Formats: sequence, structure tokens, C-alpha cells
Amino acid sequence: MTTTDGLLARTLRQEAGPLVARLSRRFGDFDLAEEAVQGAVVEALTRWRRDGPPDNPGAWLQVAATRNAMDGMRHRDRQRALAGRADPPSSEPADGTDERLALLFACCHPALAPEARLALTLRAVVGLTTPQIARAFLAHESTLAQRIVRAKRKIVSSGISLTVPAESELAERLGDVLAVVYVMFNEGFVSSTGPTQDRDLSADAVWLAGVVATSLPTEAEAWGLAALLTIQHARGRARFVAGDLVLLRDQDRRLWDHAAIAGGERMIERAASLGKPGPYQLQAAIAAVHAIGASWEETDWLQISLLYDELARWDPSPVVRLNQVVARSQVLGPLEALAGLEQLSGPLADYHLFHATRAELLTAVGRAAEAEAANRRALELTTNDAERRLLTTRLHRRPLDDGS
Amino acid sequence: MKYVLMYTSRPDLAANTDSEAAQAIYKRVYEWFGENAGVMADSGAELLGVETATTVKHDPAGAVVVDGPFNEAKEVIGGFSVIDVADMDAAIAIVKTWPMLDLPGVAVEIRPMVEDYSQFE
Repeated sequence: MTTTDGLLARTLRQEAGPLVARLSRRFGDFDLAEEAVQGAVVEALTRWRRDGPPDNPGAWLQVAATRNAMDGMRHRDRQRALAGRADPPSSEPADGTDERLALLFACCHPALAPEARLALTLRAVVGLTTPQIARAFLAHESTLAQRIVRAKRKIVSSGISLTVPAESELAERLGDVLAVVYVMFNEGFVSSTGPTQDRDLSADAVWLAGVVATSLPTEAEAWGLAALLTIQHARGRARFVAGDLVLLRDQDRRLWDHAAIAGGERMIERAASLGKPGPYQLQAAIAAVHAIGASWEETDWLQISLLYDELARWDPSPVVRLNQVVARSQVLGPLEALAGLEQLSGPLADYHLFHATRAELLTAVGRAAEAEAANRRALELTTNDAERRLLTTRLHRRPLDDGS
Repeated sequence: MKYVLMYTSRPDLAANTDSEAAQAIYKRVYEWFGENAGVMADSGAELLGVETATTVKHDPAGAVVVDGPFNEAKEVIGGFSVIDVADMDAAIAIVKTWPMLDLPGVAVEIRPMVEDYSQFE
């Protein structure tokens, strides 16, 4: 990523969301505001790359977006109606944090289709363009554009307001928001090898999780998610060598961002002090134990195993139980773990990591022929190129609990 | 904003509710209309397209909000109300307290009403 692109990404993160929120309040039209900011983002992408970034990137973006919104208004039939609805700009709050959070809650509203929430968040809150989102998700641009347009129309026509929900609704709605940020991170985390990636989705997600946590400082799970993503992201430089995925056990731990990991640990402590445990906090704690281990062998597996036991109580999904089995195998040995694994053979029949884990355990207990069959099955089921290369070149190594 | 609430239920599931429980819920339904009298408006209703629909459904763990009008053929609309509230969240908050949502198969569809006809001119 060039310096200009890095600056652009940072500017859009900071400015796109507040701009959409401010313009939609000023003109009383979310759709118009969102289109105006997107137009400015596209202009910035071409002009900054060509001419270099302006002296004040934030102000540049604001001027461009406001001009687009005014133009858009002039071109609309309902010009007079819109102008009548425009609030005086003096009603704008000085601090951008709350309006960004309100916009995020609107984009993740349960009345919107789940597959539209992430796309709309990436566009309106984070400032990605539709082509960037389409590349990140390997989706057709036209399909994605349709989805975004439909979601925006629904926000406008069905009266979804750009506000942070009231206390009584907050906990439930926050779950939807955190889920979108979590999915956003994972999309970037899994596909971050692609040469077409012109924005680091994972870095955007870490940033957004931080915005949510600092805006809602007493929500323990918001801190839990921020901690989890921070720690996972800190391993970024060690996860790929020449485009190949490197397993956690084989990663060069000197490449990890240890300052970021320490920051993540402080967030976990902060979350824990609120006394409201939850699955993101537990996942963050697991990631932290991995991150402070000097090596794979010196990792505190008992601690990780206990944390997975607790996590499985919150989320007894087959994938969590698979990770629980992997952790237990480190504590109790492969034979015991294999017995636990067979119970998951039904629900995880088509999950490549189930078969890869099974192959590893079968190898450890000397059942080589079955292990090879399991490895072949894992390979058949892997869709990600980097993961497939990993399985191909290291057929007898195991993709780890958290994917790598 | 005005919203039309369409109350739907599944007759096959409703038949399984014993009459005493049904009486108790009807009593709460009357109370519910009393409590929400302030936002109830009566007028002819023209609805926006089906893609604007949001549904609050019965769930054993409490009412859940989903996208779309997932009314199956088995469901019937038992009645409707027009409410006038600030926004979608206010509409959802009222609908979540609809007493019949305690019964399996019950759902309420929320549809914004067309009020600004200038967009069709």
C-alpha cells in the first residue's frame, strides 16, 4: 500500500462515517448523504493517487461531499421539500463519536437483511467503495450495489433513525453490531493474501471495534471484541510467508506486534472489571494466552482448555466444540481427544478443519491410512487458496484451533 | 411516521392453546390497546412495497426482529392497526409488547404507510 493510499484509508475511516451522519441530518436524507460521500471517496481515490494528497485531507473530503450533496439536491424533483426539511448546521454535535456509532447501529439494524448489514457498514461507516467491497467478498459488483441500494432505501422509507438505541434495547442491538464487526475482521483475516486488496479490512475492523468500545465504555463485550481483534491482528505479519498461510504453531513470534498484544490484554482487563462475561471476552482471553506463550509447546494449554470449556457453555456450536477438542488433546493426549472428536463427525462432516484435525490425531495414535483419507477429505473441502496450499504442502500438519 | 401493523397467526398452532390461556391473553390484548391508544390512528392505509417489510416473530427466548415478510401460506392476518410514532424503533418497541407474541406461530408485520405522495408526482 502506498503512502497516499494509507493516508486515504486512515482519512476515510475517520471522516466517512461522521460525514454521512452529518449530511443526512442536515439534508434529512440518508440516501443522498451516503451517495454524496461515496462520490467524494471515489474522487479522492483517483485525484489523490494522481496529484498526491491535499494538505488537509479531512477538510477536502468534507468540501467534496457537501458539494455533491448540494448538487444531488438540485437534481432532485423534491428539491423544495428537501430544502424545507434541512436542519441548520448549528445542530451538529462537535464530537464525531456518537454520530458514527448511531450510523453504525442504523446500518446493522435487525430490520435489514443480514447480508446487507456488513456491505452497508463498510460503505457508509468505513468509507469503502462498492468495487472495493465486491473485491473483498469476491462478489459481483452489481449484486452488491443492488443490495446496498435496497438497504439504504429501506432505512429511508421505513423510518429507521440514525440513533443509538435506548438502554432497554442496547444490549440486544449491540450484539448485531459486534457480529458485523467480527465478520468484517474475519473476511479480511482469511483473505488478506489477495493482491487485489487495496484496503486492509482487518485493520478497518480493529479500528471500528475500538470506536464501539470507547463510545460504549461500560459494555464488556464491546471491549472483549476490541481485545480479540487487536490480538489477532497483531499476529498479521507472521501469518503469511510468501503468500502461504503459516500455522500459529510455526509462526515466528518475533514478528508479532507485542505492543498491540499488550494493548489487547489491557482491554481484556478492562472488560473483566465490568463483571459481565461473554463469548468475545473468552475468545479474547484464549487469544491472549496463545499470544503470551513463548512457543507453541510452552503455551498454557490447561488454561486454554478451561477457557474453551467456558466458551462452549456460551456457544455450544460444533466449531467451538472442535476447538475445545484441540485444546484438550494438548492436555489429555490424542486418544482422549479423538473420542471427543468423533461426536462431531455428523455436524462437521463438510468442515475441512474437522478432517484436518482428525488426520492429525489419527497420525498421533499411529492410524496412518485413516489419517491420509482424512487429509484428502480436508483438501477436497478447502475453498481458500492459501489454506489449500498449506494443506497440500504440509499434509500432516494441523491447521490450528483459531484457523492458523 | 405512520405504520400499519398486521397481526398474523397460525390457526393450526392457535388451536392447541387451551381456552383459559387464550382468555388471559385476550384480556392483555384489550389492555394493550388501551395502553397504546395514544399512538393508534385510524385511516385508509396504502402500503409501500413488500421489500420494506420487517417482521417480529415468536421465539422461545423472546421476540426476534427479522428482515422481510416471511408470512407462510399457513399464516393468516387476523387484523391490523395504524400507529403514528417517531420511527421504526418506536414501532418495533410497541410491537414487541403485543401479548399474542407469547403464542407459537404469531407474527406482526410492520409496514410504513405512504404519507408523502409528492414522490409519485
